[in-house]
Amino acid sequence: MSKLIFENSRVGRKGYTLPKNDVEVKLENILPAKYRRKADAVLPEVSELDVMRHFLNLGHKNHSIEKGFYPLGSCTMKYNPKVNEVAVRNSGLGNLHPYQPESTVQGALEILYELQEDLAEISGMKEVTIQPVAGAQGEFTGLKVIAAYHIAKGNTHKKTIIMPDSAHGTNPASCTLAGFDVVELPSNEFGKVDIDQLKELVNENTAGFMLTNPNTLGLFESRIEEIAEIIHSVDGLVYMDGANLNALLGIVQPGKIGFDVLHINLHKTFSTPHGGGGPGSGPVGVVEKLVPYLPVPMVRKDANGVYSMDYSHADTSIGKVHTFFGNFAVNVRAYVYIKMQGAKGMRSISENAIINANYLQKKLAPYYNIEYKNTFCMHEFVADGTWQKDKNDIHTLDIAKRLLDKGIHAPTIYFPLIIKEAMMIEPTETESKETLDDFINIMIEVAHECDSDPELLHHAPISTPVKRVDDVLAARQLDVRYIPEN
Amino acid sequence: MNAGKINNLKEMSMPYISNTDKERQEMLQEIGVSSFDELLQPIPEKLRLKKELKMDEPLSELEILRKVNRLANKNTCSFGANSFLGGGVYDHFIPAAVDSVVSKPDFFTAYTPYQAEVSQGTLQYIYEYQSMICNLTGMEVANASMYDAASALAEAILMAVRKTKLNKAVIAGTIHPNFKEVIKCYTEGIGVELVYIAEKNGLIDLEALKKAMDAETACVILQTPNFYGNIEDAFAIEEIVHAQPKAMFIVSVDPISLAILNSPAEYKADVVVGEGQALGNAVSYGGPLFGFFATNSIKNARTMPGRIVGGTLDSDGKKAYCLTLQAREQHIKRERATSNICSNQSLCVLAATVYMSVMGKEGLKEVAIQSTTKAHYLADSITNLNGFSLAYPEVPFFKEFVVNTPVPAEKIVAELAKHDIYAGISLAEFGKQNQLMIAVTEKKSKADMDAFVKALVEVK
Repeated sequence: MSKLIFENSRVGRKGYTLPKNDVEVKLENILPAKYRRKADAVLPEVSELDVMRHFLNLGHKNHSIEKGFYPLGSCTMKYNPKVNEVAVRNSGLGNLHPYQPESTVQGALEILYELQEDLAEISGMKEVTIQPVAGAQGEFTGLKVIAAYHIAKGNTHKKTIIMPDSAHGTNPASCTLAGFDVVELPSNEFGKVDIDQLKELVNENTAGFMLTNPNTLGLFESRIEEIAEIIHSVDGLVYMDGANLNALLGIVQPGKIGFDVLHINLHKTFSTPHGGGGPGSGPVGVVEKLVPYLPVPMVRKDANGVYSMDYSHADTSIGKVHTFFGNFAVNVRAYVYIKMQGAKGMRSISENAIINANYLQKKLAPYYNIEYKNTFCMHEFVADGTWQKDKNDIHTLDIAKRLLDKGIHAPTIYFPLIIKEAMMIEPTETESKETLDDFINIMIEVAHECDSDPELLHHAPISTPVKRVDDVLAARQLDVRYIPEN
Repeated sequence: MNAGKINNLKEMSMPYISNTDKERQEMLQEIGVSSFDELLQPIPEKLRLKKELKMDEPLSELEILRKVNRLANKNTCSFGANSFLGGGVYDHFIPAAVDSVVSKPDFFTAYTPYQAEVSQGTLQYIYEYQSMICNLTGMEVANASMYDAASALAEAILMAVRKTKLNKAVIAGTIHPNFKEVIKCYTEGIGVELVYIAEKNGLIDLEALKKAMDAETACVILQTPNFYGNIEDAFAIEEIVHAQPKAMFIVSVDPISLAILNSPAEYKADVVVGEGQALGNAVSYGGPLFGFFATNSIKNARTMPGRIVGGTLDSDGKKAYCLTLQAREQHIKRERATSNICSNQSLCVLAATVYMSVMGKEGLKEVAIQSTTKAHYLADSITNLNGFSLAYPEVPFFKEFVVNTPVPAEKIVAELAKHDIYAGISLAEFGKQNQLMIAVTEKKSKADMDAFVKALVEVK
């Protein structure tokens, strides 16, 4: 357990230097006493060395992509190239201010414009906004676009969005925020959309259908054209959650197979770092008829090659979801990545991701139940711990914790909800066969330990910076900030 | 294997992919297929792309760095320029330690701390961050951050609506205009009634606020210092707000200002949000930003949006941290969650935590004092010029202020940009042709400001 930075504080210790204040204005002459704070805010008083040691030691307690394998399903924990970081730290990008005159930010606008164009081509959509700053905000943006489309047509009764029961939790939560009611569609015996049930659920109130493709089981929804036809028949729109786009680059363009709106997670498919939970970027692409509803501004290029922030569709637009233009620094990283890959690189990403996932699925199938192992998966698949639970009373949580002991980050667990004891595994394309083989061996070892030493699993992890963490206690006795002892 | 197939496989070796043709072939064999295309069997042939994507030829690392550098050089960056731009993002000094920490792969290549046992680093810095935000704002609980101040404000309104079961949000007209846009987008689906209070003399009109308040009011939204940089009288406003017993007082603040201005607890704010960028994050063309979010009572924690880190114990009884109160969140509550957010701006929060640690109690105060005293020096110097005057001479301001200009402000902005001086933000867009909004941070020297004033004289 590391001390808190507050506990290293010593009165009068300093970690900063600032230029001397060279104006002679007295604070008491400009700021009425009424507006002065009564007591100083408690912040640490530490040296720069104290700070560096503190945070470096904290960093050592994290698992990270550069430390080890990170097969967290649906999160696409691929390697984050170093060149992205060098490029984005160019002082001609990092120091730009959003209120600078457009003539002084032509280079930045060109980057954003090219990114919009490349993402539109990759997704097969007419246009893409790069303003949403996260996948969930992308969902919200896309759903607002759907709402705006229906309102513009006077179809205010279109208030329901249908989605499979395997959907990410953000999907229904985003629907609520956008003012829609959620109708859940049970998956069929193949883990996919049940077309007959969908037909029954669709009616004139249907505003749209939200689908992750490949779905959260890692399976491609092959009947997407039929699905789209059913939804379109009532003037509904089909939304694709692009969380799993890493499977489709250069293979399928979602905008060309029936989807009307999709969001893309640049922090998944396009290699920008996850940053411990953000900042990300969640661009949204739409088909032509939805372009008028995209957020303002869009980046445009005129006939003379001059770039601008365009607000001309403000009257029809859903407005803004971010104070300025989205997460510029994240978008720059994705731009760099895309420009280094080109068309062949894009296709190669998905091909390698698919090979890696199928290899793992095949090799793990004898040791863990895999509900849909008789079909090829896309870039990920869902194994589960039901054999271990039935035989040894060991839960997926225990298996996940044991993997931490062995230097592997656990897969995404207990999701999707439709698979009991789920372990969602996504290796990504950047991992080598040796890493996958190591992981396979570790998973086999853990499966054996379930038989030979079940207690070990119940107590795992034992070699991590802390042992199993009591999250029930955390919720019961809320301790959410440091309170000095006196 | 024929030659064509080998070539096909060679094309699969691209940047950042580890496996070679040989390994791919071995894996395909283990899977039990003879070519990659067999793995695509679940995708109907007619849905597959028949040709390559239309994209530029791929660039090497050297080539992309040259390209980015060429594009960056087309920009004029405020690092080299003498900039007085603010309007929500501010160019405060960032100590070297900040980037040194945030560029550690241990932090930036980790994900959301789902597995607490191997995420104690991320969890602890978020806990420290939450503590610092609580100390600055005087609140009891802060979340792990939101996307920006705008979405934090919108989420605060939604929280007030949930908590009070009332549907009307009364909003000061003096908040950032872009916040208004985002609030509209975030709340119209739910059907929240938004009532804007006109401004009077650069501040919220207290009489109009009084009139707008009623028993249906879920919350009042105030920004202080407001969009114009003016300090609102939060004490007087609070009395009006809380005259309605259910109404929540939601305030957006500049975190730098809190080193010397009232802690929002002093004027009994219920929810405090704000733009955190100024705390150690680059201006970066307006993103990433991060919104902090705090509330006055631990009792409100269960209705808050966003991730929260809590202290707990591990199975040996050792102190540890984990994500807590997750039952509010989308992955459990789905359509009944308190928000759809499933991340935070973690790395921006790390930068802020390192920044607040390095600057510390005294450093942050020094930044605030230098920013406001220098802003006042500049305001005095400009208003000494013929034709220039403060737009709101009676009102206290912090580090940003509005001046009336003798010529259209847009002309001043354009003229001074030619000399690498960014004069500020023209308020023409808001119907005020001859007003210029000017921001000053501790980075400005007297010489920088004198050069600005000198250039202003030249604009005819």
